[in-house]
Amino acid sequence: MNSYAFLNGNEAAAWGVRLCRPQVVAAYPITPQTKAVEKIAQFVQDGDLLCEYLHVESEHSAMSCSIGASSVGARTFTATSSQGLLYMAECLPYASGARLPIVMMNANRAIATPWNIYGDQMDMPYVLNSGWIQLFAENAQEALDLIIQSFRLGEDEKILAPVMVNLDGFVLTHTYEKVHIPSQEEVDAFLPAPKPRKHMMNDESPMSMCISAGNQHNLEFKIRQHRDLLPAEELFEGIDKEYEKAFGRGYGGALEGYRTEDAEHLLLATGSVCGTLRHMVDLLREERHSVGLVKMRMLRPFPVKRLGALCSGAKTLGVLDKNLSFGYEGTVFTNVNSALHQEGIPLRSYNFIGGLGGRDITRQDVRSMVRVLEESDKTTEKIHYLNVRCAL
Amino acid sequence: MTKLNARTLSKEEHFYGHKACGGCGESLALRLALKVLGKEAYLSLPAGCMAAVSFIYPNMAFRNNAMITPFAATASVATGIEAGLKALGKKNPLSVGFAGDGGTADIGIQALSGALDRNRKFIYICTDNEAYMNTGIQRSGLTPFGAATTTTPAGRAIRGNLGRKKNLFEIVAAHGIPYAATASIGYPEDFLAKVQKAKETEGPSYIQVYCPCPTGWGYPPEITVDLAKEAVDTGLWFLGEFEEGIFWLNRKPRAFASLREHLARQGRFRHLQEEDLAALERERDHIWESKFNLWPLAK
Repeated sequence: MNSYAFLNGNEAAAWGVRLCRPQVVAAYPITPQTKAVEKIAQFVQDGDLLCEYLHVESEHSAMSCSIGASSVGARTFTATSSQGLLYMAECLPYASGARLPIVMMNANRAIATPWNIYGDQMDMPYVLNSGWIQLFAENAQEALDLIIQSFRLGEDEKILAPVMVNLDGFVLTHTYEKVHIPSQEEVDAFLPAPKPRKHMMNDESPMSMCISAGNQHNLEFKIRQHRDLLPAEELFEGIDKEYEKAFGRGYGGALEGYRTEDAEHLLLATGSVCGTLRHMVDLLREERHSVGLVKMRMLRPFPVKRLGALCSGAKTLGVLDKNLSFGYEGTVFTNVNSALHQEGIPLRSYNFIGGLGGRDITRQDVRSMVRVLEESDKTTEKIHYLNVRCAL
Repeated sequence: MTKLNARTLSKEEHFYGHKACGGCGESLALRLALKVLGKEAYLSLPAGCMAAVSFIYPNMAFRNNAMITPFAATASVATGIEAGLKALGKKNPLSVGFAGDGGTADIGIQALSGALDRNRKFIYICTDNEAYMNTGIQRSGLTPFGAATTTTPAGRAIRGNLGRKKNLFEIVAAHGIPYAATASIGYPEDFLAKVQKAKETEGPSYIQVYCPCPTGWGYPPEITVDLAKEAVDTGLWFLGEFEEGIFWLNRKPRAFASLREHLARQGRFRHLQEEDLAALERERDHIWESKFNLWPLAK
């Protein structure tokens, strides 16, 4: 089939998973990820997806089962969110250190306490250092496409890294859109069955995995893991181009610049809020504001040079973080500033913290962001909070 | 099936060149079990002595496929491996988890319960040396009453561990799995037969094997096997099975060997006073009269 359907982000991701023919899926429910693992379970129970579906008792075991399955070469998928991501966090570097190309959907959600099930991206920074490739989807269609791209990327023998596909909780996971579902044949052609990897457990030449390496060797292991992750940025762009050729949809690889060429002021964000920002850039352009959007699809590896090139002509940059690193600033902001510094881009940057706990980011908020950027001569405050309801 | 003993057991070694202490009971349990399981077994081992002594880059001590798992994740990784192999088309994959008492009864019990509940074929072997030995002899849920550990030292006010050894065998059996057993490296033929049985079992199986530790228990390394045998003969440990929903006993001592002499050989019990020893004897007698003596003797 090659058709259109009315799907929410979770279901679109589940369709992406189905088309990738995973051999093992380990799943534990957590709001707002549940619809994704329910949909996959339905595919399995209906016989539409042939795979070992493991009903695990926790996220820790969801990741551990995935590690076991992937360590023998099975294509493996799991999904989580928020507290569940934190609960499995210990296992994530086992997957990346052992070079296991597991793909995981993470429904970005607030972190307790105060307890909250709605969407923000407070969960993601906790695992930014885990050695996983970090990708973000803007809409349900991109979620489906990104799952397919992720298996290609992670399983590439030059990379061999696990991939986390981030979907904003509710705004993306629970919002319905018209989604194009590619045919199985097309996806099979784009994503062949997984090949046996050099480093995996197997009958012919047994392996020890997740070994220990003391102070004589440990540093070299870590450096190699780091260096091997870096080319994933360029490879991702290539995969995205190939995907566009095959399916008619491309996203620009690690990041997309929208009306950035002649923009004096840039807004930068990850995930679903890019839809709002894109709309506002169009609106503000009509009102003769010189604005553009940088949509970051990839935070690890971090696309330093591409970001520098996109920002080189701008005067100011506003980074919208749906997270806050207590005692400092938004984590995307920290990462972006480091990249700009490395690339010698002298623009003024500001941090906008918004959307926490599912708080709306309104058109008015975007206007206020642009105002800060346009009046940057008068602005000394680096961090601005969006849509704050009372004086703090 | 040929009875497994010193004569019939495979001469092949699957676990060697590791850095375990002299007289290590756990490494002996692994060595013996692997002779039965064979090279086709895929092994999962969490943090603990056995992982720490056998995966030190670049020297790998297992001939089998083997993997260090997150501490809490022995059973989940093992079932993941089984599922992966099965999904890839391997017939009857054999996935085996080896974890210590802390890795099983404490931090790994949730993953173990979940894995047993999934009812897939895998073997879980708990090598029980009654404390966290790898981190330096701290108390675990399987440390017996009275034992001195570094977190339950023989203090002036409190003499060693006040807790009781968790009844993990029956906790596991309560999952209704097809096969569970207790064993001791002091009765190797019994242990080997149980590993063989687990290997042939459809679905999950569990063996808890008693493995003395010279470093943690404070005794000379040459008496490890002796102590493991004595523990059964004194009635402090037992050889049992859970099969077809029934508990069986493999050995009923006619008269118990001296508990006091057995404990006196171990530094960890040296501080115990008369009242402690009397309490231990009373508890031992009670558990045999109220439970083990009611279990039928296995054929």
